[in-house]
Amino acid sequence: MNPTTPTEPRVPKLTATRPFGILAEYLTPADVMHAAEKIRDAGFTRWDVYSPYPVHGMDDAMGLKNSKVGWFSFFGGVAGFTTGMSMIFYMNGWDYKLIVGGKPLFSPLYAFPVSYELTILFASFGSLLGMLFLNRLPRLYHPLLKSWRFKGVTHDKFYIVIETTDPKYSETQTRATLESTGPNHLEVVED
Amino acid sequence: MASEVSSTVNIQPPPPQLERAPLVLNRHSPAWISDTIAGIVEKKMPRWWWPAFIISASVMTMMFTLIAYLISTGVGVWGLNQPVDWAWDITNFVFWIGIGHAGTLISAVLFLLRQKWRTSINRSAEAMTLFAVACAGIFPVVHVGRIWLAPIYLAPIPNANDIWPQFRSPLLWDVFAVSTYGTVSLLFWYTGLIPDLATMRDRAVTKVRKFFYGLFALGWTGSNRHWSNYEKAYLLLAGISTPLVLSVHSIVSFDFAVSQVPGWHTTIFPPYFVAGAIFSGFGMVLTLLVPLRTLCKLEDIITIRHIELMGKVILATGSIVGYAYGMEFFIAWYGGNPYERYAFMNRAFGPYWWAYWSMITCNVITPHLFWFRKVRQNMVIVFIISIFVNIGMWFERFVIIVTSLHRDYLPSSWGYFSPSWVDICTFIGSFGLFFTLFLLFMRFLPMIAIAEVKGVTPQADPHHPLGGAKIGGHH
Repeated sequence: MNPTTPTEPRVPKLTATRPFGILAEYLTPADVMHAAEKIRDAGFTRWDVYSPYPVHGMDDAMGLKNSKVGWFSFFGGVAGFTTGMSMIFYMNGWDYKLIVGGKPLFSPLYAFPVSYELTILFASFGSLLGMLFLNRLPRLYHPLLKSWRFKGVTHDKFYIVIETTDPKYSETQTRATLESTGPNHLEVVED
Repeated sequence: MASEVSSTVNIQPPPPQLERAPLVLNRHSPAWISDTIAGIVEKKMPRWWWPAFIISASVMTMMFTLIAYLISTGVGVWGLNQPVDWAWDITNFVFWIGIGHAGTLISAVLFLLRQKWRTSINRSAEAMTLFAVACAGIFPVVHVGRIWLAPIYLAPIPNANDIWPQFRSPLLWDVFAVSTYGTVSLLFWYTGLIPDLATMRDRAVTKVRKFFYGLFALGWTGSNRHWSNYEKAYLLLAGISTPLVLSVHSIVSFDFAVSQVPGWHTTIFPPYFVAGAIFSGFGMVLTLLVPLRTLCKLEDIITIRHIELMGKVILATGSIVGYAYGMEFFIAWYGGNPYERYAFMNRAFGPYWWAYWSMITCNVITPHLFWFRKVRQNMVIVFIISIFVNIGMWFERFVIIVTSLHRDYLPSSWGYFSPSWVDICTFIGSFGLFFTLFLLFMRFLPMIAIAEVKGVTPQADPHHPLGGAKIGGHH
């Protein structure tokens, strides 16, 4: 063992905790937005802003790209329309050919209303499930949700959390960066 | 250079004459909004809640008892018979489905049009939509008689002879439209609820509350990376629901318009049904919210201005409905079809004249009182007009369905429909179901979208002095 490494504490902790990240609390959306711009410019990657409602302009302040949820809705819609058309073709025009009023066995016109509704149905599922997938939700455990202070996030407080897994993270340096943004409070969150 | 330019752009509060009327009165803070809305759920229910719940639940029980009676005996317990084979059942179905449309319009169309005032009313209106669809769904399901075969009539599965349902039938389109409508409304409502369920979770003091709100909040943390996807999903759901809300009542109107019955076979039906649906839906939203904003002390969130704006929507859609009534008559005359002409003359002056003129009074005359600001701002009159709108729109569907059916091509098979007591009590019972569900909703879920209302306050705007922007500072 390298003699320079600090010795383990003699009494082992009952729960092994390691820091999840540094949490900075802000009181107004303007404060958190200016802070986010600084953190973005400092080049952090594994960090996030937490707010009770979406703050207008925060995506730019964080340097986020346009959300990809639209693709899920689009492919959901395409799947819905295809399902409708092919289902009706199979049922009325192929598997049990149904002659109604001497009209063609299949026409996209009479299949349209149902396909249209299925387009909407599948696109909606695509939007919601795509959003949950991109957000990695549902998630039943999150270190931040254990923090007493973090409860303000659904009330009226704003937070920036820089995670320890960020390549630029360093206990002192990151703390100093966050302190320079003028937070209301600063603390380390355990995992 | 860039910094020089930006430093000259000073942030000043807008001059008072340009400041928009606030959506939340008295400059309440976001914390006040959470405390007030979540407080309704967290505190004991007010005293009126229990009597209201017991009455609604009893009326609902009456409906389910009568449905059991209907199923065990047969559809003969209702008053419908040849030639009027659709009567109160389908009238009630169209009535309830129409009511739902206000919720989707508020959540989807007004969102796309950036009508920020919708945030105070969208949650309860969407809940109303879901409960109205539930009430609507009951009637076509039980009217099939042999209800245990309803899945075969409704779902695309083959019958005993291996024949699939016939997709040229508007009735089948309707099944897809209404079930899509119910499902998408639920998804939209739930998406909006996720951040508020997280609020409820973080405020919960009992373990049970913490568990259930936490479970349905799906681990929401308010992360901005999540909000970014969330807002996009919400926008897309609004965009997707807009053609949905227009299509559902169009397809419901196809149930009639695609047939050959004089009085039904008209091309004006789809837009006319959609306008009528929104009209009736806003009527029901007002019926619910005008008393609730006082009873739950929400006057600062659901303001007089909100009520006024809804009154204006009723005025606009009511005028479209009135125009459609006139145009139907004009086309019946101008089209030159004697059966069509007779159907319309019979509507207004035949044995059901009382239903027709009730409809005209409620739907064409009363909404025009909303031209007057004094009327729009008087909560008692607004409430009374909203009841008139509900009554009028029920009569509209009754008039369309029953007066067209009771006298068609063959005078020897003309008849007169009267409802049985089972008809009447089942319909009243559906209000019991509606109000029971709504009372449970306001008991357990935040009835106003907390996160959305916070988001439209000046405190939420990082460029507003109340949101922390420095006056005279630069961004």
